[in-house]
Amino acid sequence: MRILYPFIAVLALVLIALVGANLPGGQALIGVVLPYVAFLIFLGGFVAKILGWAKSPVPFRIPTTCGQEKSLSWIPQNCIDNPSTRGGVVIRMILEIFLFRSLFRNTKTEIHDGPKLVYGSSKYLWLFGLLFHYCFLTIVIRHLRLFTTPVPFFVSVTEYLDGFFQVGLPVLYQTDIIFVLAITFLFLRRVIMPQVRYISLPADYFPLFLIMGIAITGILMRYFLRADIVSIKQLTMGLVTFSPSIKEGISSVFFIHLFLVCVLLAYFPFSKLMHLGGVFLSPTRNMTNNSRMVRHENPWNDPNIKPHSYAHYEDEFREFMVEAGLPVDKGLPPSADEDPAEK
Amino acid sequence: MYDGGKIITGLIIFIVFMTFPIWYNHGNAGNIPKPEKPQGVTQCVKDTAYMRSSHMVLINEWRDEVIRTGNRTKVTVQGKEYDKSLMLGCMKCHINKKKFCDECHLYTSVNPYCWDCHFLPKETI
Repeated sequence: MRILYPFIAVLALVLIALVGANLPGGQALIGVVLPYVAFLIFLGGFVAKILGWAKSPVPFRIPTTCGQEKSLSWIPQNCIDNPSTRGGVVIRMILEIFLFRSLFRNTKTEIHDGPKLVYGSSKYLWLFGLLFHYCFLTIVIRHLRLFTTPVPFFVSVTEYLDGFFQVGLPVLYQTDIIFVLAITFLFLRRVIMPQVRYISLPADYFPLFLIMGIAITGILMRYFLRADIVSIKQLTMGLVTFSPSIKEGISSVFFIHLFLVCVLLAYFPFSKLMHLGGVFLSPTRNMTNNSRMVRHENPWNDPNIKPHSYAHYEDEFREFMVEAGLPVDKGLPPSADEDPAEK
Repeated sequence: MYDGGKIITGLIIFIVFMTFPIWYNHGNAGNIPKPEKPQGVTQCVKDTAYMRSSHMVLINEWRDEVIRTGNRTKVTVQGKEYDKSLMLGCMKCHINKKKFCDECHLYTSVNPYCWDCHFLPKETI
C-alpha cells in the first residue's frame, strides 16, 4: 500500500494532465497559470521553511565527530572530520554537499551462521545517489536552453558534453540513461532491502515516482513521441518574460511533463526534498567542535539562575563535606584565618 | 533568528539562482524564428508537422542508408523524386542554411553535426 498509493497518485496526475491538455482552456491552465503558481509556492515555501528552521536555536555543539578531536599538540587532529576551526567546517560542508561523504560511510549489517553479526561497507547508495543528483543538475542546466535567449555559454557546453558520443539523432544524452538507472536503483533499494523497506513511507515513494514520471515523459518527448521544440520554447520564453502565449499543436506529452514538474515544484517545500536547503543547516555537519575551548550558553536559560560550578559548590558545603569525610579539592582554611572573621 | 546573516545571504543566493532566466533575459523573449520557405515548391517529403518535430530522424535514417549500406534509391513522394541527401536533396529547395536551418537551430541551441563532414555552404563562410 505504501508503494501502491503514491504510484496511483502519480498515474492520476498524468491522467489529469492528459485530459487537461485536451480540454478547451486546459493548455493555458497547465502551460501558463500552473507554472507561475507552482514556482511561487516553490520559492515562497522554500524561504518560509528555511526561516522557520532558522528560528530554532542550536545552542550547543553537536557535530558528528568522525575523527580525532583537537587535543594535545602531539596528537594529530582530524581537521575535517572533527573540525575545530571555521576553515575545517567549510571544507567539511563542501565535501558533504558536493561529494555526499555521509553516504560514503553507509554500512550494511548482515547476520551469518554462527550466529555472527557482520558489518561491511556499502557504497551503492553513495554511488547512485551521487549519479542521480549530478545527472539531475546537468538536466536542469540543459533545460535552461529553453528559458534563455541567447543561450549562455555554460548551457551549450553542458549540452555538448552530455551528447558527446553523438549517438543517434536527436543526440542521445548520457545523463538521460544514467538518471533512469540511478533512480531505478534508488527505488529498488527501498523495495528489496528489508530494513529500508520497513522504514519507507509514501512520502519516500511519491517523489521517486514523480521524478521517474518526469524523466520518462521527457525521454519520450525527446526520442520517441517528439514535440515541436520551437513552439515549446516560445511558450517557455513567454513564461520567463511575463508575456506567455501558447501556440497550437504542442503535443500532450509536453503538458504531462510540465504538469508533473509543476507538481514537483509545488510539493518541494513540504517534502523530504527540502534537504536541498536543509543540508546547509545540518548542525551535525556545520558546527565546529570547540566545546572544550569556548563556553556555549543556552539562549533560553533563565538569567536568574546563576551557574553553579563545582568550586562554588564546594565552597558552600566544604565544612559539611569535611565533616562527612568526603574528599575536597581545597581543605578547610586554618583556624587562624577564621578568628578575625569571628571577631 | 539564529545565524540570520548567513542564512539570509544563502537564501538570496538561492533566489538569484532560481530566477536566473527571469533576470537574464531582461523581459526579451528573443526573435521568433521564421525559416525561409522555398520558392515555387509547396510540398516536402513529409508533412509540415512531421518535418518540424522529426526531420532529424529522417535525415539520420537517410545518412545510415546511404553511407552504411550504399542504398541511394531515390525517395518518391507524390510523383516527385528526392535524393536521399542533405546537399542534393533537402538543400535543393531549402537553399540557404543561414535563413532556413540556423533560424530554429540557433533559437533552440541545437548544434547539428551535419557540418562536421559536409562543407558549409558558401553564404555562411
